[in-house]
Amino acid sequence: MAKVIQGDTGEWEIVVGMEIHAQVIANSKLFSGASTTFGAAPNTQVSLVDAAMPGMLPVLNKKCVEQAIRTGLGLNAQVNTKSVFARKNYFYPDLPQGYQISQFEHPIIGEGKIEIDLPDGSTKDIGITRLHLEQDAGKSVHDQHPKKSYVDLNRSGCALMEIVSEPDIRGPEEAAAYISKIRMILRYLETCDGNMDEGSMRADVNVSVRRPGDEYGTRAEVKNVNSVKAVQQAIEYEARRQVEIVESGGSVDQETRLWDPVKLETRSMRSKEEAHDYRYFPDPDLLPLEFSNEWVEQIKQTLPELPDEKKHRFMNDFGLSSYDASVLIAERSRADFYETVASGRDAKLAANWVINELLGILNKNEKSLDESPITADQLGGLIALISDNTISGKIAKDVFPIMFETGKDADAIVEEKGLKQVTDTGAIEAIIDEVIAENPDNVAAYRGGKDKLFGFFVGQVMKKSQGKANPAVVNGILKDKLSGE
Amino acid sequence: MSLDKETVAKVATLARIRMNDEELERMAPQLSKIIGFVEQLGEVDTDQVEPLANVVDITLALRDDEVNDGACVDKVLANAPESTQGFFVVPKVVE
Repeated sequence: MAKVIQGDTGEWEIVVGMEIHAQVIANSKLFSGASTTFGAAPNTQVSLVDAAMPGMLPVLNKKCVEQAIRTGLGLNAQVNTKSVFARKNYFYPDLPQGYQISQFEHPIIGEGKIEIDLPDGSTKDIGITRLHLEQDAGKSVHDQHPKKSYVDLNRSGCALMEIVSEPDIRGPEEAAAYISKIRMILRYLETCDGNMDEGSMRADVNVSVRRPGDEYGTRAEVKNVNSVKAVQQAIEYEARRQVEIVESGGSVDQETRLWDPVKLETRSMRSKEEAHDYRYFPDPDLLPLEFSNEWVEQIKQTLPELPDEKKHRFMNDFGLSSYDASVLIAERSRADFYETVASGRDAKLAANWVINELLGILNKNEKSLDESPITADQLGGLIALISDNTISGKIAKDVFPIMFETGKDADAIVEEKGLKQVTDTGAIEAIIDEVIAENPDNVAAYRGGKDKLFGFFVGQVMKKSQGKANPAVVNGILKDKLSGE
Repeated sequence: MSLDKETVAKVATLARIRMNDEELERMAPQLSKIIGFVEQLGEVDTDQVEPLANVVDITLALRDDEVNDGACVDKVLANAPESTQGFFVVPKVVE
């Protein structure tokens, strides 16, 4: 997982650029009124436009344009109020038009940049080259018949945003951070659901190697990398392959390669090479896309707080660590849940409970946050009980699973089970006296200098009180009594 | 600009048109002529001219995001030489 590969002849730096295809959230397709819902019976969501019947004309979906603008703003990028749709010509059975309507010279979104979060807590800027709108292709199924392929055009014509990065990414770890961040931004913006399993977000990875500081080497484009893990594996494999070639005196071919997720290797897609001559030209069925700056401004007003802003606010306003803040903002719904828990309460304690206890127990029970039997207000209620000393943190950990099981409020459970913390010094003193009387040897040892035994006494007292004694009060009285009057 | 036989063969392949040697031989000078004719346009100085997409003053129409089409699988498959269970069936294409 290094940024640098140690070859036989020295170090090689891995240089990566990514193209992410993100399916736009919209009810209907980019140029037709057919539905975009995933998983329908084959060819039931295909209009005659999507099937490329002669004479059909594309009409652009306003929502898809708006989604592209939103995404552009979220990527801190230039929004081009004039852009042009072009035809990218190639033949494949799942592309009935014989060309894909895409954007080439004049994309809707130009240069931008995002910040990625690295595992060591640092951040790095990655440049965005462009984002353009294009049609998705249909789907071919190859495993149903020995000599035939089956084609379903339901996906044909759905809107995609292709997001192209600068070659600023160094190695698999940064690539993973980049793809995760893009996914997070798209999900916050609600412009793509980011579901890589269903193929609504897919990546092509351009990989090359060079001596640190040298010019870029020749790159290979790796296709079919459809999970964050596959992205990392494919980059690692491809970079090592290229280093081996160069070190043994060969040169890397500029070519398209396919990632094989079973054999964990990339292999050449020779057949793609000839078809690579796409002969782009402006689509004569579509005028240039033009819109006003006012519309862009209006869309800007509706943007949510984005992940990075939220992260910094959580760190500044709530005093959270960079790590805790990153975990909480990973999903917008999670961040909202946390803010409800923390509202008017100890924000750091709330972060601990959400991250360690709630996400832990949900994970163990294979539930998502929206399926949580404990609401944000209920978890907040539990935290309030800890903060005002009604119960100790330890008792809270007993109350919590009961809340999870029953869905009841924390104070009801505390009341019902008689778990209120004992802060009455008289009652606690009595217990401490008992413990001291029962353990004369340990008392003598403690007074003789074995300070470590203090914990033993605290444990005994807590046990006798069934965990209900206030630990701060116990510590104070115990210290006085043991120090020997 | 004149097109050689190899270029014509490549263009034909990209367009999925099968041509035999004799046809390529005949097509090369014809295509060269057509390109030569169109190339005359290059003589006009267009440095200061905005590209014109349409001669009438209209802008691209946008439609609202409504599902009002599709759900016509029978029509979509009507011309397919082969289909099954709602799929188009084509000769195997796999990498």
